[in-house]
Amino acid sequence: MRQVAIMGAGVAGLCVASELVARGAGVEVYDPAGGPGPQACSWWAGGMLAPWCEYETAEKPVLRLGQEAIGWWAERTRVERRGTLVVANARDLPDLRRFARRTEGFRKVDTDEIAQLEPDLVGFGQGLLFADEAHLDPRQALTDLHRQLREAGVVFHRKPAPQDLPLAVDCRGLRARDALPDLRGVKGEMLVIRCRDVDLTRPVRLLHPRMPLYVVPRGDGIYMLGATMIESEDGGRITARSMLELLSAAYALNPAFGEAEILEIGVDLRPAFADNLPRIRRRGRVIHANGLYRHGYLMAPALARGVAGLVLEDRQTELVDEDRA
Amino acid sequence: MRRFYGVDLRDPLMLGTAQYPSPAILAEAFRVSGAGVATVSLRREGAGGAGQSFWAMIRELGVRVLPNTAGCHSVKEAVTTAHMAREVFDTPWIKLEVIGHTDSLQPDVFQLVEAARILTGEGFQVFPYCTEDLVVGERLLAAGCEVLMPWGAPIGSGRGLTNEYGLRALRSEFPDVPLVVDAGIGLPSHAARAMELGYDAVLLNTAVARAGDPVEMARAMALAARAGQSAYRADPIEPRDMATASTPVIGKAFLT
Repeated sequence: MRQVAIMGAGVAGLCVASELVARGAGVEVYDPAGGPGPQACSWWAGGMLAPWCEYETAEKPVLRLGQEAIGWWAERTRVERRGTLVVANARDLPDLRRFARRTEGFRKVDTDEIAQLEPDLVGFGQGLLFADEAHLDPRQALTDLHRQLREAGVVFHRKPAPQDLPLAVDCRGLRARDALPDLRGVKGEMLVIRCRDVDLTRPVRLLHPRMPLYVVPRGDGIYMLGATMIESEDGGRITARSMLELLSAAYALNPAFGEAEILEIGVDLRPAFADNLPRIRRRGRVIHANGLYRHGYLMAPALARGVAGLVLEDRQTELVDEDRA
Repeated sequence: MRRFYGVDLRDPLMLGTAQYPSPAILAEAFRVSGAGVATVSLRREGAGGAGQSFWAMIRELGVRVLPNTAGCHSVKEAVTTAHMAREVFDTPWIKLEVIGHTDSLQPDVFQLVEAARILTGEGFQVFPYCTEDLVVGERLLAAGCEVLMPWGAPIGSGRGLTNEYGLRALRSEFPDVPLVVDAGIGLPSHAARAMELGYDAVLLNTAVARAGDPVEMARAMALAARAGQSAYRADPIEPRDMATASTPVIGKAFLT
């Protein structure tokens, strides 16, 4: 049985581990934190499986490979298949038309249909429903993978990986910069709020001239508001401006969000390469799987399949951009 | 050829660096367009070298960097941001932007003049983002600016040259000052028009970065700006009410 060590227990590391175990490899995971948790930027993600929406600005592989993610996750954790609703304020309707031109897989919905889909969204005359999209709860997903892997006999070491491993997959995200100098951090900020007065059942995106703002329901009146995208590597704090923009977006969807409690503020850096696409690089005994950018849950299954193909079948998928075995 | 603080720009296109789908697409847009100046926002990317990876990519473009004070609403903020920009990019150039109105992002020209006075006094070479107001232009020049950058329309609106008369008046009022239309350009025809008026460059960001294909749009903008520049230099004909044949008709059997 092929033995593989995985460095990092974020979404990349756990998906690679899960895929390898499913294909019969022996896996152990090294992470100084011992398992999934707030040290990984995937802990702070939205968990939207939205390849059609993301295609507005992402490259073609995100649309194509991202579609595989919904089924992959559904075999491992609870996935809500309720689609994504995209709306814009009246003054930003040109943005809605542009969004429609650049994406596919949606149908236009009017006031009545919006009211049927999400009765708590008021005042939006036009929207786009991406019916085939889905979402999951990232922390639940990571916890489920962690549990399944342990049940399958995978050992999680609470320490960094030793140097002399025969075969390692480095999934440490931005912490792998020492080996990947073309990796950069893209700051993201998010909030978790609780508002029992508003009941939304699917992710809602509010188009905004500068960033895609979205609200993802987590159940029990809890919502994740995300996410800023700033070319900054200061992952320490949220700015007042970002907080205002996130909260304004929620308030624009339903003013009752003004009464929400703020439960959490999340700030972290997404690991990204220059084209914002993930990469697999084999360098001797280490395979780097990195650069998931804002597409952790969407692209990690494809990344995991790519790594498994390389490790178990010596097969190069399109995500492999360097192979120096 | 009017020079920008002693620098000749080979190409009349300046591009912003925000909102592209990825840094790779940004770099390609610069490469195909030949844009010689890149504006960079410091305020958003944060202090303390936080944007270093991104800034390193901008430096690697090999073009002249024009840091800006986008997002500043006061003299103090703008001056502080300019100081930071000089440190990060090691350039005296600064695109001075002091926003006065939240919805239209219209410049606060009063604070702009004051900030320009302070910064030119400190040795900065200031590119002020202003309106097409002649008196404001006059005051900015008196404050030490040697370039003016009037808007075509509000930032990001893509509406083109909403007051062509005003832009024309500015051009004839300041025949020796390099002028750049900054903001409001949505289409290549807007860029060409600005250059036909005798402007020295156009500066734009959203129209390229948010286009469906930013690289193709950058190419289109560059071609249009060059076309407009050539047309201005070629001294176009005046429009007239009646047709004038380009070939003489006398002696031809046109009456038969």
